[in-house]
Amino acid sequence: MLNFAVAIAPMASSGDGSGASGSEGSESGGIWGWLTHSNGFHAPSILDFFPDAVFFEGTVFEINRIILIRLAAAFVLIAIFGIVAQRARVVPRRGQALVEILLDFVRIQVAEEVMGKERARRFVPFLTTLFLAIVFFNLTGVVPLLNLAATSLIGLPIVMALWVYLMYLGVGIQHHGFWGYLKASLFPPGVPWYIYPLLTPVEALQVFLLRPATLALRLTANMMAGHLLLALCFAATQYFFFEASGAIAGVGALSLTAAIAFTLFEVFVALLQAYVFIMLSAVYLNMALEDEH
Amino acid sequence: MDTTILAAVNGNIATIGYGIATLGPGIGLGILIGKTVEGMARQPEVAGQLRTTMFIGVAFVEVLALLGLITGFLFT
Repeated sequence: MLNFAVAIAPMASSGDGSGASGSEGSESGGIWGWLTHSNGFHAPSILDFFPDAVFFEGTVFEINRIILIRLAAAFVLIAIFGIVAQRARVVPRRGQALVEILLDFVRIQVAEEVMGKERARRFVPFLTTLFLAIVFFNLTGVVPLLNLAATSLIGLPIVMALWVYLMYLGVGIQHHGFWGYLKASLFPPGVPWYIYPLLTPVEALQVFLLRPATLALRLTANMMAGHLLLALCFAATQYFFFEASGAIAGVGALSLTAAIAFTLFEVFVALLQAYVFIMLSAVYLNMALEDEH
Repeated sequence: MDTTILAAVNGNIATIGYGIATLGPGIGLGILIGKTVEGMARQPEVAGQLRTTMFIGVAFVEVLALLGLITGFLFT
């Protein structure tokens, strides 16, 4: 259980990995001792994303900090929407109105904007689910004590990207038939025949590999970069305030300001990435349904 | 013959590579967003459509910079 307590403590102030530096500090007395205890400056590293196991170590169902964060985010998402849906009224009150803004955003700004009213109706639930899931999983990156976006390890984004991938392939095959879909996506009309040897491989790579791969990578890399940036700022602040002596400690104020600014920026990025993800999903679905002109 | 070292780099040289990798996408984003603003100023009535298209383009450009970030971690 000690391991658990250490693992969920904010990573930013402990610097390198959560397990290593946290466990030595937790013995020297209290939160304050743990906060101010460190051996010099620890830059955040890629190891932050591979924390030690908390439960079921060594099995397939190993649960570490990131899995716990994902479970927490999923629980909060389901709880909020469960409660709001149960108390839904025709005339929305404040909480319901906020939720409806989100739902309307996906329906009007994304689905209907990209696909048109008729076609969008089928995909609004799918896109809304994706959007809300990504928003909640991204925002854990700026929630105190969680401090790590649930989407910053590539597993979850891969699952989401695969979902979109199978969805647009399925929808395309359903609409055009198997060969029809291949023809529509690999041999785009309106191009002279001698371009096809060049264009078809590029299109094949695009449709079958690059689209899902970039969807997953974009989300992960953004969240990963965001976490590293925040962890760097907070680790520097901790170092300047508690370790450095003399006037240089004043630089800590600068890095703290930067940390707060970047936290706000990360909120923006979390929302933007969710928007970009479903926007591209909608575009891919729309492309799969597009008829030849 | 003595060599004079004017500048030295220690640590991982991949960080410089990432700096260079952001240049292209940076220029790309500048052109992309600048042109969209131009288009919006000329024709405010299609602003929504332009914004949508811009975000799709931004997503494609941005992923290049992020590939630079990823490779920095992959090939250490």
